[in-house]
Amino acid sequence: MIPIHWYLFLSAGLLTAGVIGVLTRRNVLVILMSIELILNAVNINLIAFSYYFHAVTGQVFAIFVITDAAGEAAVGLGLIIALFRNKETVNADEMDLLKW
Amino acid sequence: MTLPQATFLILSATALLSSVMVITRRNVVHSAIWLIVALLSVGGIYLVLQAEFLFAVQIILYVGGIMVLFLFVLLLVNVDVAMRQALFSRQWGVALGTAILLLAELVYGLWRGQAQPAIAAAPASGVSPGNTQAVGMALYQKYMLPVELASLLLLVAMVGAVIMTQKRFE
Repeated sequence: MIPIHWYLFLSAGLLTAGVIGVLTRRNVLVILMSIELILNAVNINLIAFSYYFHAVTGQVFAIFVITDAAGEAAVGLGLIIALFRNKETVNADEMDLLKW
Repeated sequence: MTLPQATFLILSATALLSSVMVITRRNVVHSAIWLIVALLSVGGIYLVLQAEFLFAVQIILYVGGIMVLFLFVLLLVNVDVAMRQALFSRQWGVALGTAILLLAELVYGLWRGQAQPAIAAAPASGVSPGNTQAVGMALYQKYMLPVELASLLLLVAMVGAVIMTQKRFE
């Protein structure tokens, strides 16, 4: 029997890796990939609790999270293509059109 | 140490290591490949948790769908130029400190919570149907409205992605 804390520690580690990626990297594509890491950390928590409570609800919510990730990836990558076409860059700190 | 524990430890070590590789590689294509490794090991952890349907969804949707989409976009943007530029933004020191503080808080809270009595697992009710069947029953009976809302979300995302990638969009 695996203690549930192991899953929570793994999830915390993945979340931190994702947060570091979002906050420090310049490349927008790597930032999007880090968001996928964060969403996976959430999914591990949901499915671990679903397993330990013998309820399927957590897995249903994990499916919704994956749906959300798919929509986010599609819209995010569309935004990146539109931005690259206009600004010729994929660096987050060079996209400062809204900066006054 | 039992076999599930050993499997979990190997898979989680792979997941953590490859997620660190994702955020430190200079080449974005290498980041994407390491992300695929991380997603596959997370899928293996779903299998340890007896969520076979989620394991299949993870491989088909994440590795087969989302990551292929990522690799297609990598072909469209200029990877070579980005490889010669600085890897991290200027605020990386503050960001790293904040993230490590977050990790410390989480680990401290989980460590303290470990002393509490463990969750009393509910007794498994009789003959359990297959995991896929159970998830399908929950999705299409109890969560019918959320499923419809999710399909609406996907439709909006699809239309948005198509509109934004058009040539005339400026």
